[in-house]
Amino acid sequence: MKKSSIILDGAFKNNSTFILLLGLCPVLATTSGVSSALGMGLAMLAVIIVSNIVVSLIRKIIPNEIRIPVMIVIIATIVTVVEMLMKAYLPDLAANLGVYLSIIVVNCIIFARAESFALKNGVLDSFLDAIGTGLGFILSVLLLALAREVVGTGAIDFKSFISGESLYLLRIFPQQYAISIFVENSGAFIMLGLLVALISYLVPKIGGMKEKAAKAKAQKMLKPTLETEAK
Amino acid sequence: MEFLLIALAAILVNNVVLTRFLGICSFLGTTKKSQSAIGMSLALAFVLIFSGIISYSLYFYVLVPLELEFLRLVAFILVIASLVQFVEMFIKRYIPALYKSLGIYLPLITTNCVVLTVALDVAAVSGGVANYDFLTMVVYVVASAIGFGLVTILFSFIQERLANTPNMPKAFQGAASALLVAGLMAIAFIGFKGMI
Repeated sequence: MKKSSIILDGAFKNNSTFILLLGLCPVLATTSGVSSALGMGLAMLAVIIVSNIVVSLIRKIIPNEIRIPVMIVIIATIVTVVEMLMKAYLPDLAANLGVYLSIIVVNCIIFARAESFALKNGVLDSFLDAIGTGLGFILSVLLLALAREVVGTGAIDFKSFISGESLYLLRIFPQQYAISIFVENSGAFIMLGLLVALISYLVPKIGGMKEKAAKAKAQKMLKPTLETEAK
Repeated sequence: MEFLLIALAAILVNNVVLTRFLGICSFLGTTKKSQSAIGMSLALAFVLIFSGIISYSLYFYVLVPLELEFLRLVAFILVIASLVQFVEMFIKRYIPALYKSLGIYLPLITTNCVVLTVALDVAAVSGGVANYDFLTMVVYVVASAIGFGLVTILFSFIQERLANTPNMPKAFQGAASALLVAGLMAIAFIGFKGMI
């Protein structure tokens, strides 16, 4: 498989958020602002890279019957380390993400990549797959957060990860025209629903028949993983 | 009165699905039919209640005295995974009818974020004192399970009717319309905020 296509597949064609609809809890919960969404995306990227590399390194010595508990313990350990580092160096971001940082442990995207890719491929390919999937996740949460924050507050507020102070406020339209429901909980569902509809409308138009066939094939391939890993 | 407040807060005000966005995968995945939504909610309630009680005891009677608090994530996820396995074996052996109706949903609960988050919630400590004592913890855990079940089952009734809607635009079929319905339900649940 071509190296560049591993990254592009993970980021766009098999985009976990908008195409496969996997691991939506942190996507909905941390996208009320662009800053916290970026923090969540970077934390996910870090965890998925390390977990893919570790699982790929030991894939030949894991007995097949107990691979799921082994992967759970590996991922839980990585998340604990990331959580401790973030609490020490980026305290405000850690407080903002709260429990959603801890529950990366049970995120199905990470399981799906470890189970369906890292267990079967070499270290370099697994690393590239993690980069692709992680970047796809970051792009998706940024897109959703951007749509929610701009519609909901009329501005983008760039916050410091360490102190939580606002570094720069980019105002796009006056506050009084903002629809504040979109930065609330219920707005998260509605905006994600609208974006999913938009993307499932656009994907066949852009890619034409070829893209469609590839997507159907990918979904068929991923279905067994979805059934065992979906929460 | 205190118990009632905790229960109402967990069921309606801070609902695990609509307010805290937990367990979205099973919320969207198992609600095409009300039968499977009911099965999922029951299985989840079972695991949630036991894992909450065991995690609480493990944390405050084992991990805290040994000063191993940082191990809580690994410990809780292992508790949940083995509990799900145990529950599965128990139900299969003694209540085969229930086992058949729960099917695939039982093993899936291991990776349900509601279970892990509630376990982390009950082990929360503020200012050196546990947020919940044993009895309030039990009330909170049971109420969380009811909250998940209530919303999931209601949502599955709406989904069943939505599936028969003619003229739905193609892009909105499936996940997109389900998310919009969930958003409208979340708006309705904002109304409960004034209660407490």
